[in-house]
Amino acid sequence: MYEELLKNTALADERFIVMTAENRALVRNLPTILGNRFIDTGITEQTMIGAAAGLALRGRTPVVHALAAFLSMRAFEFIRTDVGIGNLPVKLSSFIPGFLSDGNGPTHQAIEDISIMRGIPNMQVFAATDEQDLVTMLPKIWDSSHPSYVRICTKPSVYQHDSYFEIGKAEIISEGTDVTILVYGFMFEQAMITAEILRKQGKSVGLINMRSLKPVDEQAIIRVALRCELMVTIEDHFQTGGLYSIVAETLLKNRLTANVLPIALEERWFKPARLQEVLEYEGFTGMKMAKKISSYFEEIMVDDLNDNKLILE
Amino acid sequence: MIENKIVALESIALRVREHIIKMSTDGGCFVGASLSATDLMVYLYNDFLNISSDNLHDPNRDYLFLSKGHDVPALYGTLVEMGILGEERLQNHLSTLDNIYWHPNTKIPGVEFHSGSLGHLPSVAIGVALDCKIKGGKNLVICIMGDGELNEGSCWEAVMVANAYKLDNLIFVIDRNKFQANVATEDLIPLEPLVDKFEAFGASVTRIDGHNFQDLEEAFADIPYKKGKLNVVIADTIRGKGLPSIEARADRWFCNFSENEVQQLLEELHGTHQATLESEVMVVR
Repeated sequence: MYEELLKNTALADERFIVMTAENRALVRNLPTILGNRFIDTGITEQTMIGAAAGLALRGRTPVVHALAAFLSMRAFEFIRTDVGIGNLPVKLSSFIPGFLSDGNGPTHQAIEDISIMRGIPNMQVFAATDEQDLVTMLPKIWDSSHPSYVRICTKPSVYQHDSYFEIGKAEIISEGTDVTILVYGFMFEQAMITAEILRKQGKSVGLINMRSLKPVDEQAIIRVALRCELMVTIEDHFQTGGLYSIVAETLLKNRLTANVLPIALEERWFKPARLQEVLEYEGFTGMKMAKKISSYFEEIMVDDLNDNKLILE
Repeated sequence: MIENKIVALESIALRVREHIIKMSTDGGCFVGASLSATDLMVYLYNDFLNISSDNLHDPNRDYLFLSKGHDVPALYGTLVEMGILGEERLQNHLSTLDNIYWHPNTKIPGVEFHSGSLGHLPSVAIGVALDCKIKGGKNLVICIMGDGELNEGSCWEAVMVANAYKLDNLIFVIDRNKFQANVATEDLIPLEPLVDKFEAFGASVTRIDGHNFQDLEEAFADIPYKKGKLNVVIADTIRGKGLPSIEARADRWFCNFSENEVQQLLEELHGTHQATLESEVMVVR
């Protein structure tokens, strides 16, 4: 679906150029179809980004592909300096971000990408939960005049997403008053399981697919902070600089506080293994996250009870 | 090259050097690196490239990218002499009232792209050259790089990619002034044999005296050197060229002269007086 969308977009609009730093998994069939509008610069993330900036100067919209870790970090200064300062419409498709790098090891783990990409002025940052979500989001992202970084996730959809997408808007899957889970990208499916388990425990549970991390849907975050006991952020990302930080910044900016439980990778890389085993080992399965949230929720309830007692006394 | 043309170019170059020297006070600028690249820029803009105040946004124009961005005073001066940039704006050097500072930015008419971080514009120039090729344009794309800049691996990545895509419409011009910031190139990270290095990476290379307009004309007359090959022009230059008191001195890369020194240096430029420099040398900027 991703390749089909990219092919159709490029065939319909001469401005589009498909580039890769020899990472062809998503674009295998495009060289023959696009001819000289398919450019593979070899294993040169920096040169690819610089060339993408040059193509954008000529009015092109390059959609560039590389492994998330090397795209976001090896080429970081080129993205920041050439694409960011220039505010050029270079579209970064970041392949195997977060847990998706499964058995590769820490060299390939892009778990600071959201943090560093959102630190670049003009850069818009997105994450798709699955293939359907991805192809729903991309047309507007590619149509924007700003540069963008998209965490690509092409796994089959387990949820029928809202087919409407807007930059800066989250997808509200459900609303709740006890616990609301904010999640993006690959972790969505496990978060759905978590929400279901919590519901079976009798809790009122909300679930939000953030989709657009920058600009972020501030209203969605504020609404949860005002109406829900506990907000949970789930992300296959370092705890620093990702969604937990985004929520904290949003709340502070709006002079709000809330109970927020981060489920993220705190100051460590994750154990490389088969994907399902990574989730088990790191405590990111739907079940393990539900347990963690439940117990934190109980703590809050006890704290609230004690606070009320103090007030009564 | 006919004698009249050489005289005309030399006279333009002299005025560009005056602009550079005048910018070297009240905050200063990278004087040495600007003076080494002056003749290159004067030649390219005035006698080679299809760039003028009338075609700055024409997609069929030629492109010049300044990758060693700290020599931008030479570009400011050249653009002034081309009538592309108003001379009065040079008065605003380092003022928040304008955007005339130590590295290029696109708020200056005639500046194609910002630079300052070394090793970036070779790849940006590749993107532009690729698009010109795809569209079948006759445009030429030049990227001026410093010799010290060649320490950056991204320069060599770019040479390999330009070779792979047969970008014979692209010219990398190396301002070979033999110094990086504070040290002679051959004393730090030796570059020679530089022609061999570029040739080994697939480029067609010419090496010339970068202060000799006759040489420059001959070097650029034959572009593209070989069909399907990246062109590289290594221009041997002298850092600080035109000011004997700072020429080829490792400690005169960035200079912040007093008003008095500027007056003396202007006289030195015209050969009427040898300057006595008292301002502090700046090793790192």
